[in-house]
Amino acid sequence: MSRFSKLLAAALLLSAPALAAEPFPGVGRPATPAEVKAWDIDVGPDFAGLPKGSGSVERGMTVWEEKCAVCHGTFAESNSVFTPLVGGTTAEDVKTGHVANLKRPDFPQRTTFMKVATVSTLFDYIRRAMPWNAPKSLSDDDVYAVLAYLLNLAEVVPDDFVLDDRTIREVQGKLPNRNGMTLAHGLWPGPGFGTEKARPDTANTGCMKDCKKAVEQVSALPDYAWNAHGNLAQQNRRIGAVRGKQTGPEEAEADAAAPARALAERQGCLSCHGVSSRIVGPSYAEVAAKYRGQNSAAGLVEKVKAGGEGVWGSVPMPAQPELKDEEAKALVEWILAGAPEK
Amino acid sequence: MEMTRVRPAGAESARTDTFDNDSVASGRIRRAPENFLSREQITQVSQGRRDFLRSSFLAAGAAVVGTAASPALAQSAGDDAILTPQPWATTLGQPVASNPYGQPSKYERALARRQSPGLTQTTAASVSFCPLQGLFGIITPSGLHFERHHQGWYDVDPAKHRFMVNGATPEFVRTPKVYTLDDLMRLPPVSRMHFIECGANTGMEWGNVAVPTVQYTHGMLSCSEFTGVPLRTLLEDCGADLKKAKFVLAEGGDGSAMTRTIPIELVLSGEVMVAYGQNGEMLRPENGYPLRLVVPGVQGVSWVKWLRRIEVGDRPYAAKDEAIHYIDLMPDGQHRQYTSIQECKSVITTPSGGQTLLDKGYHTISGLAWSGRGKIKRVDVSMDGGVNWVEATLQTPVLSKCLTRFTAPWVWDGRPATLQSRATDETGFVQPSYGQLRAARGTRSIYHNNAIQSWKVAESGEVSNVQVL
Repeated sequence: MSRFSKLLAAALLLSAPALAAEPFPGVGRPATPAEVKAWDIDVGPDFAGLPKGSGSVERGMTVWEEKCAVCHGTFAESNSVFTPLVGGTTAEDVKTGHVANLKRPDFPQRTTFMKVATVSTLFDYIRRAMPWNAPKSLSDDDVYAVLAYLLNLAEVVPDDFVLDDRTIREVQGKLPNRNGMTLAHGLWPGPGFGTEKARPDTANTGCMKDCKKAVEQVSALPDYAWNAHGNLAQQNRRIGAVRGKQTGPEEAEADAAAPARALAERQGCLSCHGVSSRIVGPSYAEVAAKYRGQNSAAGLVEKVKAGGEGVWGSVPMPAQPELKDEEAKALVEWILAGAPEK
Repeated sequence: MEMTRVRPAGAESARTDTFDNDSVASGRIRRAPENFLSREQITQVSQGRRDFLRSSFLAAGAAVVGTAASPALAQSAGDDAILTPQPWATTLGQPVASNPYGQPSKYERALARRQSPGLTQTTAASVSFCPLQGLFGIITPSGLHFERHHQGWYDVDPAKHRFMVNGATPEFVRTPKVYTLDDLMRLPPVSRMHFIECGANTGMEWGNVAVPTVQYTHGMLSCSEFTGVPLRTLLEDCGADLKKAKFVLAEGGDGSAMTRTIPIELVLSGEVMVAYGQNGEMLRPENGYPLRLVVPGVQGVSWVKWLRRIEVGDRPYAAKDEAIHYIDLMPDGQHRQYTSIQECKSVITTPSGGQTLLDKGYHTISGLAWSGRGKIKRVDVSMDGGVNWVEATLQTPVLSKCLTRFTAPWVWDGRPATLQSRATDETGFVQPSYGQLRAARGTRSIYHNNAIQSWKVAESGEVSNVQVL
């Protein structure tokens, strides 16, 4: 507190003691213990906040296959929706706490288990954010179970392992990259890590003239990459000092998206269903092919609204209670019509 | 792909496939490489010889495009856009409030948020990039602010949004409290302009050139005026023990319930803000409506959206986005953890990759500079790949942890050039070259790439993304 604000505080105390004690009367209210408990779900690296519970590798496999495998793959190795969770670690890494493959520039992937140094991070994140389309729906026991299964896939714990609020502490000592983090850098905006004296790790100068002998150009955009982002002419203003380079055919203006497509985007449908490719749920092309000519629109309208599972796999589609009947109908008709862009 | 060369004025038709567009046909634009001004004349103009321009009216008329050969043009009375009355000057326009919430001109649709194909597999855990190549000044229009969502965005009902402050244990906060938006908007507000940059901005370019334009190289960058309440005020209101506290945890109210650790010193500085306002209106839903944290100078992931809770504690939290992602891989296989500051950086936005200069002669080089450690002190610009530099002009205002717009004049002689900008902040730190950055951190880090960007200008006027050590 500056000297000035100390004076100000003292003045306030003298003139209006009630105000100084409570600077903003009537603003906010105490949180109830139940409210704090409902929201304060973080689990720290020292395991503060860890709930009681337990889960076996075996139980974890069941939950995994129901709720997780569709995005992450049966062995948590899939790269199709998210980056892989498991792979790239060795028994030697479990001993040293350093993942050796991280030193290899040619190693293709960095999986979660190659990076994570704190097992609390995994528990905390699975509990708060997974499954991806139904976060916070797992019981604490199932969070333990899923994490036990992942640790087993990563060859950190054996097949008969039971993870609980006690054994998780032993697991911390076996994480393959537990010693893989450093705080020795100048990019933390406060002290607290003992790094306050850390300097930036580059030291360019403001040289103005004849700063180097030659210009060493080491990389340029390959020809094939010019059109990977569409027609750049349509990504630049058509007036002014420059124009965008023509890197593809002129595309029609995208302002006439089918209302149903806009609706599908707004409702988040397209996060799980691609028009032609499977993401979490089936593609709309697959849905249309399955139901075409079956007079099934009414049934599908109910399905879109109520959600469900089992037809395309065990990952449930969330209910859409806010969707109006006519909106659900428009969506279904659009899907059965092949989900056109416009 | 072959660049469509622009035909010279006086050719049968100067309209081309590339620029087949009304504004080009207006005749305002002179064609490369047959500039209607000679180099000497350009020099005269740049020295203020405006009388020369007036006497050259006929010459300019001769360069007007969209009609037949130059003899006919020389005889024409002038520019059709002037001589023919336009509909907007001769008929009645639209009434007020036709667009209750105004929209940009239909001619501006090119400037839009875009995804980088192949970067992510699903649009709800993805990024859209801000079109820096077409923006002016320092404020990002709210509708063009870059997006990064981890589990999709929601338009949260503000009447049902709550903000909670509590302690890791009871000793950190005397009275854990709940605030509604009604509460927060009664408190004394502050409004400040700050940049927000994703820690992974320019991340695709660590190893080599990967993407064509500044939208994709640097477009996870935006700048707004934010309005809200300093977090410090709220912590004091709850009786937080600010001597005991060392860190706070910020948590979002969306599906991902994003969490990040923030050092208490930043909170005590008064800079960290619980914000509801952005550019004079409420936050946009994609940017965290109705409440987000603003952490000036720090990477965007810490600016937790749909902010629902702050916890006060004394040790970092190792949240997913500070223990698995947003960690910087060094050549020795160690990861730097809790890297957060966005160090001094700059980029030229005009001309930039994927653009084509229409002509030799005078151009304004324009770009953005910023530093997570404070104000920009100066920006230098090089046209020869970093051998020689000239100091750019900084547009005002120049604010701490805010974008700064710089400009530099440039008369392009039509020969290949490599444009760079190099920013220096008030701490004296100078933005590094790719060679320097890679010497320190290798090429596999993903995050915090603040190297000097190079744009190569070819004789055709085409600008492309290159890397120079």
